[in-house]
Amino acid sequence: MKPIIEVKNLKKRYRLGVIGTGSLAGDLKSYMAKITKKQDPNLTIEQSERKKGDSFMALNGVSFTVNKGEAVGVIGSNGAGKSTLLKLITRVTSPTDGEIVLRGRIASMLEVGTGFNGEMTGRENIYMNGAILGMTKSEIDRKLEDIIAFSECRDFIDTPVKRYSSGMYVKLAFAVAAHLDSEIMIMDEVLAVGDAKFQKKCLDKMFDAANNDGKTILYVSHNMATVKRLCSRCIILNEGKIIFDGDVDRAIEIYLGAIGNSAVKGDLSQSPRFGDLKPEVKLMSYKISNRDFTVFENKEPLKLEFEVKAFKTVEKARLRMIVKSPELVPIGAFTSDEVINVTEGENYKLEAEFDLSNLVKGKYIASFLIFYEKDGVIEEYDSVSDVFFFEIQESKGDLPWNSHWLGNIRMNISNVKIERV
Amino acid sequence: MDNYEVVIKSKTKWYEVNLKEVFMYKDLIKLFVQRNFALIYKQTILGPLWLILNPLVTSVVFTVVFGQFAGLSTGGMPQFLFYMSGNTIWMLFSSSVNGTSGTFLNNAHIFGKVYFPRLTVPISQMVTSVINFLIQFAMLVIVYFYFLFFTDEAVAFSPYFLLLPLLIIQTALLGTAVGVIISSVTIKYRDLAVAAGLILQMWMYLTPVVYTLDSVSGVMRTLLLLNPMTSVVNNFRFCLAGGGELVTGYWIYSAVITVLLAFGSIVLYNKMEKNFVDSI
Repeated sequence: MKPIIEVKNLKKRYRLGVIGTGSLAGDLKSYMAKITKKQDPNLTIEQSERKKGDSFMALNGVSFTVNKGEAVGVIGSNGAGKSTLLKLITRVTSPTDGEIVLRGRIASMLEVGTGFNGEMTGRENIYMNGAILGMTKSEIDRKLEDIIAFSECRDFIDTPVKRYSSGMYVKLAFAVAAHLDSEIMIMDEVLAVGDAKFQKKCLDKMFDAANNDGKTILYVSHNMATVKRLCSRCIILNEGKIIFDGDVDRAIEIYLGAIGNSAVKGDLSQSPRFGDLKPEVKLMSYKISNRDFTVFENKEPLKLEFEVKAFKTVEKARLRMIVKSPELVPIGAFTSDEVINVTEGENYKLEAEFDLSNLVKGKYIASFLIFYEKDGVIEEYDSVSDVFFFEIQESKGDLPWNSHWLGNIRMNISNVKIERV
Repeated sequence: MDNYEVVIKSKTKWYEVNLKEVFMYKDLIKLFVQRNFALIYKQTILGPLWLILNPLVTSVVFTVVFGQFAGLSTGGMPQFLFYMSGNTIWMLFSSSVNGTSGTFLNNAHIFGKVYFPRLTVPISQMVTSVINFLIQFAMLVIVYFYFLFFTDEAVAFSPYFLLLPLLIIQTALLGTAVGVIISSVTIKYRDLAVAAGLILQMWMYLTPVVYTLDSVSGVMRTLLLLNPMTSVVNNFRFCLAGGGELVTGYWIYSAVITVLLAFGSIVLYNKMEKNFVDSI
């Protein structure tokens, strides 16, 4: 039997910077200059011809096949090309080179709730969303009951969705996507919707689709725990290429090894940044100052030094360190007071001490964030994910701790007394 | 669906427009049309009444301004019927253009996330415009019957009314084609979105909506007839109520232009939709 998905030497190039000059007049000027071999009037100073043509290969020759009924996880650090791959497979954009053959209908859950319209009721939106995802009216008619039941929004189904809470909105959207009658399901971390109970329900539904309905699943996630649960095979993408394709456990190991830098110092100026950042303060490098390796006993603190560059004058910003498990599940975070005051154009050394005593034995990943908070609104200045791995070892006299049952944070009780009454 | 197979390649031939797939999504087109109607009239007082009020009021204004104040000739047709007929068919054209000219920009958030045949959007807009038009057209026919049966005005009944469907389809196609071309070009050049309104306004005055074709002569008349909408509006009036004369040669020319633009716009649209997500 032929594979259900065949990807052959897939490439996708994005041009960097501004495309064109943004106006017809501007483009015509550039075009005329090219013909008459004059200098392009729209090039800014210091911008050479070569730079103008700079491009970025989001995918650079990716080939793989997926057989019917397989559940394949796609992992890779931010910017590795995962989302681009899914966008190409779901036909949102088209490849620069290469070919994809699909032998089944695709249900894309890249963004649930696409096409939802606030003015329309839940029921109307189910039809609209289902049709956009490729269902016919009779198919939706048949599944309407299941979808409403799954969404847990029955009482509100004839209310315009603009009056829904965001949780209800997402639940309804996911319910539609999950009931698509398709052979291939594509998911991009949509499982992070709703409350814990609903998340579990979603995961069960996916699990069921993969194992019992014989659906083919392509799942992109940073959450290694769900990848492990859902997938039977795993592909690692790195800089637009496949670096591993096979067993899930082995893949997670390799992936964490690849991002798992455990150096005590490193450059951060070139690390990829994601999210909506105001680039006013930037972390340039880090250094662990009290250690030559990243293994700690939990009694001692983690001392860090950062080089910080200020592009704007900023006051009262805070430093935060986010601690994640090797499955990239957040465990907890340290947050400083409003101590970061910097002046535009200056370089600074930022020192901080982190008290690790509440973290139990295990491996962790540290991410850093500089942000500013006022009246509950957070402005992020810089955010570097998954900077380094560190390991906590048990100190002598610690209670035995099984983090599988007890979690990774040790909490203390005080004033425990027992008296005879 | 064992034989279902889709091949996604980097380059496709210019004529590869998958109309079969568009047909498979006919339910979506229907829903889009329903949505278009539902959304316009939600939370309004008069609701669908606006659909009839709009051309009526415009026609009254035209009658007063162009008919009474300016005293433009209507070629013997009752003024109100003259302006209303021109206005109704022109509104089909302008709403076809307006409805589709923002296709890419307005739907960027959906197009960027999920695939469905993109042509469903302009097609549903066109259907919406045509349904709107049919309601207004019914109104026009009532006005026409009033003049035919209850007044002594020069209103004729002729078998030419059988040509009306052709004119209506042509207008909707032409308007949609122009709108789709505008929407494809606005991906790169946003100025056209601003210019579109202006162009449409100028276009109306270059079309005999508020004046008769007969009142223009010589080179100007030829230039006017090069505008594909001129013969359509003129013939629409003629076929409905026998006003003016039937233009045949330029009508054929206009039909050819319409077909060419319709094909051209589909090809262009098809080419733009593939990668527009990367450049919007």
